[in-house]
Amino acid sequence: MSGSLSITSAMADPALLDLPWDLPLESWPNETIAALPKGISRHLVRFAHLAGHVVAIKETTAEMAKGEYELLRMLQRLEIPCVEPVAVITNRTDAEGEALKPVLVTRHLRFSLPYRALFSQTLRPDTATRLVDALAVLLVRLHIVGFFWGDVSLSNTLFRRDAGAFAAYLVDAETGKLYEGGLSNGQRENDLEIARVNIAGELLDLEAGGRVADELDPVNISNGIVEAYRSLWTELTGSESFSSAERWRINERVNRLNDLGFDIEELAIKTDDSGTTVRIQPKVVDAGHHQRRLLRLTGLDAGENQARRLLNDLDSYRASYGKSDLDEEMVAHEWLMRVFEPVVRAIPIELRGKLEPAEVFHQLLEHRWFMAQQAGHDIPLAEAVSSYVNTVLRHRRDEATVIGPGTGAITTAIDVLATETSAIAVVDPDDENDWRLKV
Amino acid sequence: MASVTFDKATRLYPGGTRPAVDKLDLEINDGEFLVLVGPSGCGKSTSLRMLAGLEEVNEGNIFIGDRNVTDVPPKDRDIAMVFQNYALYPHMTVAENMGFALKIAGVGKEERAARVLEAAKLLDLEPYLSRKPKALSGGQRQRVAMGRAIVRQPQVFLMDEPLSNLDAKLRVQTRTQIASLQRRLGVTTVYVTHDQIEALTMGDRIAVLKDGVLQQVGTPRDLYEKPDNVFVAGFIGSPAMNLFHADLVEGGVKFGTATVPVDREILADTSSTIATIGVRPEDITVSPHEGEGLAVEVDLVEELGADGYLYGHSTVEGKRTDIVARVDGRLHPNAGETVYLTATPNHVHLFDAESGERLSDKAVAI
Repeated sequence: MSGSLSITSAMADPALLDLPWDLPLESWPNETIAALPKGISRHLVRFAHLAGHVVAIKETTAEMAKGEYELLRMLQRLEIPCVEPVAVITNRTDAEGEALKPVLVTRHLRFSLPYRALFSQTLRPDTATRLVDALAVLLVRLHIVGFFWGDVSLSNTLFRRDAGAFAAYLVDAETGKLYEGGLSNGQRENDLEIARVNIAGELLDLEAGGRVADELDPVNISNGIVEAYRSLWTELTGSESFSSAERWRINERVNRLNDLGFDIEELAIKTDDSGTTVRIQPKVVDAGHHQRRLLRLTGLDAGENQARRLLNDLDSYRASYGKSDLDEEMVAHEWLMRVFEPVVRAIPIELRGKLEPAEVFHQLLEHRWFMAQQAGHDIPLAEAVSSYVNTVLRHRRDEATVIGPGTGAITTAIDVLATETSAIAVVDPDDENDWRLKV
Repeated sequence: MASVTFDKATRLYPGGTRPAVDKLDLEINDGEFLVLVGPSGCGKSTSLRMLAGLEEVNEGNIFIGDRNVTDVPPKDRDIAMVFQNYALYPHMTVAENMGFALKIAGVGKEERAARVLEAAKLLDLEPYLSRKPKALSGGQRQRVAMGRAIVRQPQVFLMDEPLSNLDAKLRVQTRTQIASLQRRLGVTTVYVTHDQIEALTMGDRIAVLKDGVLQQVGTPRDLYEKPDNVFVAGFIGSPAMNLFHADLVEGGVKFGTATVPVDREILADTSSTIATIGVRPEDITVSPHEGEGLAVEVDLVEELGADGYLYGHSTVEGKRTDIVARVDGRLHPNAGETVYLTATPNHVHLFDAESGERLSDKAVAI
């Protein structure tokens, strides 16, 4: 390997040096390569093992690798859900001293899946809608911080299960740009149109491959992102006016945003000269309302909807045991010790890679509810846990670092054509079968 | 197809002190290939994005044909940003890949088929319409991606540095393809690049921007032969034009020890005693007479076969000034030697030493 190899990394992981940087990415040996679903990319992307993690390695130009690295770091600082930039590696040469392409290394998110790995046989409209809704939330969050994406698509996104919904993560920031002064309406509209067309293309492609349910209309589903985006954007940024006698509407707006998972950090309130009309507009909003509350009360880090679900359980625990007048933090600690942790500990170690603990807890609650429905009475937690582990969890595939289908799509900018790597397709066909039906 | 007009279009970013694009007046003819070129931060991409509807226009207007699109949303402007990361979908045929955007736009089946066929003919893709992308060569795949933009039959194509990520060889190849395709299609095209060679080789006309201000617009030949100011003179051409101060004397301008005669009309254009003189490397020759001309110490000669470039330096106004001259590839001075250089008659440009503006509207005849 050339001694002049140049690594820019905030993490300074010495294991980076052990990867075979003197080989073109396409000829890396199999023991280094992790079999993971490959996203659609203009450049060759492969996954490798690095010190117990899986990293995505993209061969690109030095300028683009550095640009994307910096952009991802910036997005992380802005708390936007995105992949973690690990390093930029330049000055690569092979054994003959021939220059090899610079690479960008990003860390693969545990429990995150490409959309094609989220269903087994065919994609159903409700799953597609949930994916599109998750992407709309991500796009709104990106636009609020002034990020123009330029290539919004399901392929450029990873999804994590989030208590019945999905949470979307940005994977590819190559075409993006952060505008300090915020985005113009035209830029937002353009991103939205790109999203609509790309999603339609992705779904039409699945349709052509016989992988969508008959009742799924790709055009209809892709139009859904426009609606989902607009309604969330209006709720988060729109101004409203009301009579000063209706000041409760301020609280109502705050609560509505909380329910959507956002906190208002700054609200502009203006009254007209006569003082009869009040006009409010959220100026700074922050996603993760339930996540933060759960973290504050329990120290648990979960997805937004998972957090909402856990908090609901915590609140009902508090109510049903008559602890409503006790300190919230104390009750939360008790709930953690008596309810949450016993459930997590009850999961056999070999099954812990199946789902995140918070997702397991959410699914367990669902499972317990269905059992109770069938039995006509409450089910003790221990019984529900054992039933869930044996009838549901054991039959799921491991999702921590999932092995999914090759996406196979080819993206071409004017230049580079994604080289097809044969990602190994091993999917548990059971995945998307509704486990509740088996209870 | 349509013309494009920027009418005093201005973009001022919130909190900015000077406009990113300042009162841009530019008319692009129907079917023309216009290149916006300039250094980083000159406002070329912002101008393109204003036309695309991605940037607000704070003052002035933008027209596509006769239609004022200043406040029209991007998707309703009938433009296409070409090479915007088009994905090719593996399970769809070439025809489906090219036509699906029309399907979601609600274009009927027959119309779609007709437009796809037309585009495929233009792109030499007709025999492949029922194939899957996998069965195509790299170049064919690129053309399918172009086809996606073409079938939409937009009024204007917009391209923002589409070649910036290519290696040098592919860049040359692709820029020829784009230019020839644009001529076949005849669609008005606005193309942004920072690379003046790309601009010179591709554009029908070139608009040079600097600090948000249009410097000059003209054919590649206009810009090369009659740059309006020092900036354009130095920006267009590679290696760049030699530019340095020279004393104006009766009937001409001093070029080292020699006096290069200058048209009296041009000299009458300024009251100053100095000017900025501009000479392209190919217009400088080694003086046949020792001691006559500009004394230049040769630092390096780059041999390129038949030709070579002499890189040297001289002292002008007491300062070291770099000079580049094209020389014979075999018979040339060597590094370390001092040679006297002169300028070819008829190919010397004069600019006002203060404002940098050209001292005449035509190439200086000496």
